[in-house]
Amino acid sequence: MPDVQSTVLEFVNKLRKRKIEGSQATAKCTVELLRSVISQQRVPHSNQASALIDAVKAVGEQLVAANPVELAVGNVVRRVLHIIREEDLSLATAAMAGLDLLDASDDDGEDDNCKGVGYSAMSAAVAAAAARSTLRPPSLQTLLEGTPESAAVPYTSSSGADSESKTADKSSITRKLKHDVIEGVNHLILEISGCHEQIAEQAIEHIHQNEVILTLGSSRTVLEFLCAAKEKKRSFRVFVAEGAPRYQGHLLAKELVARGLQTTVITDSAVFAMISRVNMVIIGAHAVMANGGVIGPVGVNMAALAAKKHAVPFVVLAGSHKLCPLYPHNPEVLLNELRSPSELLDFGEFSDCLDFGAGSGSPLLQVVNPTFDYVPPSLVSLFITDTGGHNPSYMYRLIADYYSADDLVM
Amino acid sequence: MDPRRGPLAVPKVRRVDAAAGPLAVPKVRRVGFFTSIEPSPETPRPNRSLSGPAEAITSSSPLSDSPSGQFISPVQIPPSRHHSDNLASRAAPVPVPGPSAFRRQLANDRTLHVGSYNPVDSLLGTSPPSSNGEVSEDSGSLFGFQRSDSAKLSASFPNGGFDMTVAVRAPGESEAKVATASTSDGRKKNVEASGESESVATKPRKEKETKSLKEKTSKAERRAIQEAQRAAKGEGSKRAGESSRPKPSKPAKQPPPKKEAPQVTSSVSEKRAVSVEKERRMDVPQTQMQYDDKSRVDKAKRRSVVEQTESKNKVELFLHLPQYERGNQLPNLSSNIFTLDTIHHAVYKVGLQHLAGDIAGDNARCIAMLHAFQEAINDYTTPPMKDLTMDLTAKINGYVSFLIECRPLSMSMGNAIRFLKNQIRKLPVDLSEPEAKASLCSEIGRFIDEKILLADKVIVQHAVTKIRDGEVLLTYGFSCVVEMILLYAHEIGRKFRVVIVDSRPNLEGQKLLRRLVTRGLDCTYTHINAVSYIMGEVTRVFLGASSIFSNGTLYSKVGTACVAMVANAFSVPVIVCCEAYKFHERVLLDSICSNELGDPDAIANVPLRNNKKHSKTMDNNKNLQFLNLMYDSTPAEYISMIVTDYGMIPPTSIPVIVREYRREDLLL
Repeated sequence: MPDVQSTVLEFVNKLRKRKIEGSQATAKCTVELLRSVISQQRVPHSNQASALIDAVKAVGEQLVAANPVELAVGNVVRRVLHIIREEDLSLATAAMAGLDLLDASDDDGEDDNCKGVGYSAMSAAVAAAAARSTLRPPSLQTLLEGTPESAAVPYTSSSGADSESKTADKSSITRKLKHDVIEGVNHLILEISGCHEQIAEQAIEHIHQNEVILTLGSSRTVLEFLCAAKEKKRSFRVFVAEGAPRYQGHLLAKELVARGLQTTVITDSAVFAMISRVNMVIIGAHAVMANGGVIGPVGVNMAALAAKKHAVPFVVLAGSHKLCPLYPHNPEVLLNELRSPSELLDFGEFSDCLDFGAGSGSPLLQVVNPTFDYVPPSLVSLFITDTGGHNPSYMYRLIADYYSADDLVM
Repeated sequence: MDPRRGPLAVPKVRRVDAAAGPLAVPKVRRVGFFTSIEPSPETPRPNRSLSGPAEAITSSSPLSDSPSGQFISPVQIPPSRHHSDNLASRAAPVPVPGPSAFRRQLANDRTLHVGSYNPVDSLLGTSPPSSNGEVSEDSGSLFGFQRSDSAKLSASFPNGGFDMTVAVRAPGESEAKVATASTSDGRKKNVEASGESESVATKPRKEKETKSLKEKTSKAERRAIQEAQRAAKGEGSKRAGESSRPKPSKPAKQPPPKKEAPQVTSSVSEKRAVSVEKERRMDVPQTQMQYDDKSRVDKAKRRSVVEQTESKNKVELFLHLPQYERGNQLPNLSSNIFTLDTIHHAVYKVGLQHLAGDIAGDNARCIAMLHAFQEAINDYTTPPMKDLTMDLTAKINGYVSFLIECRPLSMSMGNAIRFLKNQIRKLPVDLSEPEAKASLCSEIGRFIDEKILLADKVIVQHAVTKIRDGEVLLTYGFSCVVEMILLYAHEIGRKFRVVIVDSRPNLEGQKLLRRLVTRGLDCTYTHINAVSYIMGEVTRVFLGASSIFSNGTLYSKVGTACVAMVANAFSVPVIVCCEAYKFHERVLLDSICSNELGDPDAIANVPLRNNKKHSKTMDNNKNLQFLNLMYDSTPAEYISMIVTDYGMIPPTSIPVIVREYRREDLLL
């Protein structure tokens, strides 16, 4: 098994060099890395949760610093931290419950395997329940009792209902915590890789017969979404903006055509011209901010404005790993990335012009080639995530289900 | 203030800085904002030398020559014969003639063509014909004519005195009458083209019309008219093929009024009503050819010079526009150049240049076309037994339809062609052929000089007042007026930065970028997707135009609407620079109904590494289409100001300009 530190470094390098494209791929890699970090982390007898948290945080900081624009990394790290806290919390309550209800716990299943399955199946519910607790002030009971191991984490007694642990001794708790966390992370991996299907399942509710749909950028989520509607025998047309200078629209169009959808590629400049005949704009987000704003492929803002002007629904598809708990400030600049000018201008062609500016000190010619675009929440009609459709104003609440308040600032 | 001036009191653009506000000169009424720049002798004049094909044409009338050259911006309400002060003063002996003098002079000049003229109007001088327009509109609807154009109608006031103006100017009488006759001929020609039955139906009316003219026409003139009609009839079937511009309007527009007219009109008013109607129909812009109309397309194909193969994979939404395969006609056509019969070689050359995309930009295309027409007219000789007016118009129609086959005309070219046809129609019959040709050529030259070249200079003078130090100006694509403005502002020492937004597939912005950077301007280059990224730092947006419609819609290169929309969202003023000859009285709401499609392969071919197979394998896939729109329309609400040769106006004033000046332009 390779050393964790070296894999972390390798991944950091990849992130820094922007070798990994797409937030889903990045998220998946990050989770897998964190899983190996957790599994290799040696936990002390006391305070194992905070040891795990520290380890994950340390790695997470490196990863986020490597590519601060790829918000999915930070999201996933926060999700893992949340899982750790969650499991710790449930174990602690279980321990307490076990003390209280020794007799009730005796008849429960004995082997760890069975429990693990039970946990993974339930972890979503647990996460939701516990996250709800993070928003609430600690209950009176918690304040009175106080727990030694996770004093920082507020919790309620409500989550004790689904924990049927009977373990009391420290060593088994340690083993169990790590095990449960890894189970939780595995579940997260499944969720990330399965988000397309879950989003695509909702396609039939949103895409009607004979509609005209505009999309831009290349998003696998959008592809699956459209194809799911197509498989349900809905016939509709898709306009794809080509997305210069990266031309991801062409890739998407190719895939769509391969799956039998009627596709028309238009230039980015024709978005406004065509929007009056479009019934719905569907895009895949790069990240969704807590205020409901969307960071998407460059050109999205233009499409959103045009859609607003023509009262065309602007629908954003986002897997849960794209939900970012941060509120954006000046995201067009701060959460953006400028790519190489060579994509826009051939340097050879303009080299004579560039020389011209050398004498005066400042170059006369600048080329701006941003990667992302920010769409304010007021322009978004609907978010479709793997948990269903949501309003932009609801995103902050949805996000609170996935992250614990302590991890927002890493 | 005359209450009738009401509709002309144009709201001022308020967002532009007040410093450049109107320095009121009470003598002449002006529309919108205007500058009274006193160009100091050392400030260089904007010159066109950088912009493309216009380079060759040196303006024969530099701004500084004219007596009132320092004093630009003359948007005067009394429609001057020439649209700017300096021109007017050059043409007329009086430096700045009073409005009423103008009016009267105009009245003398052109009255008869419109059939009647309201004498009160001519005495009042400055009063715009708005109230008259209402009256005549009423009477128009009385006659059952639904389509009314108040601007046109007002001039052809039905119950106005026909004779009053005739009395004013006897010598002009015959000329004007012939003009009327020939217009009716032009109409008849169309009618005949549309089918035998209709031509039969119109015959009695035609007869009546000639009869009505008889009392004022001398014998010789009558004969000439009949001759012309006969010639027109003989040619009718042939010409039906040649003229594709008037054609499309026929099925859609003509029948309904024709059926109604004879029923409703009384015998007394019929004569006048018919002339009014004809006049109006003449002025209503003809609808464009709809390419989803099978029979029409087939007809057009039979007579076409350019062999077009329809593209296999058409975009369904744009079936009404021509969608042809590209790049296969050119070799064939260029080999034909020595075996021309109907098309003049100069026109042919321009057509091929349009087809190949060698000439881009509306002004350049329009100038090239007009020069070709000049050459063609120079080489023209009237065939025996034919009338110059009729034959030349037919010839020009043939040329125009050839040009349309090469590439659909831009709106400005349509306007220029209308101008030329009007000139031909107005030619006095007693003019000898060389004289007529010379006058036409000089008129064309004057159109180029005044409406395009000089207009650009005036626009530059106006627009440069809107550029202050430290500004960041954004422009989209390539517009030669905007280029002139930027270069001129740089020359007079303004310090500013330029953001050039570009888009695929033409990447015209790179041309502009190169020109600006080599002149030492500080430039930022980006593509249209990033426009909302860059817009935050921009203080003004300058846009060029292909045409502006009378509802204020800006019709321009595709992407302009996006830029204007984003600028509007960021509260950045959008300034559109457009010569007034590009204004059009049509209205447009979206970019779908009227547009032009470019080569789809230009989009399909992207510089993507692994995309080589993409276009090859997908080419014949029915499901994949590439749509290369050429134009889009920007709603008026995104436009803060339009800079034209008449001054700086809000988009709501376009119909005013069109109404007040179009007539003058056409009858120039």
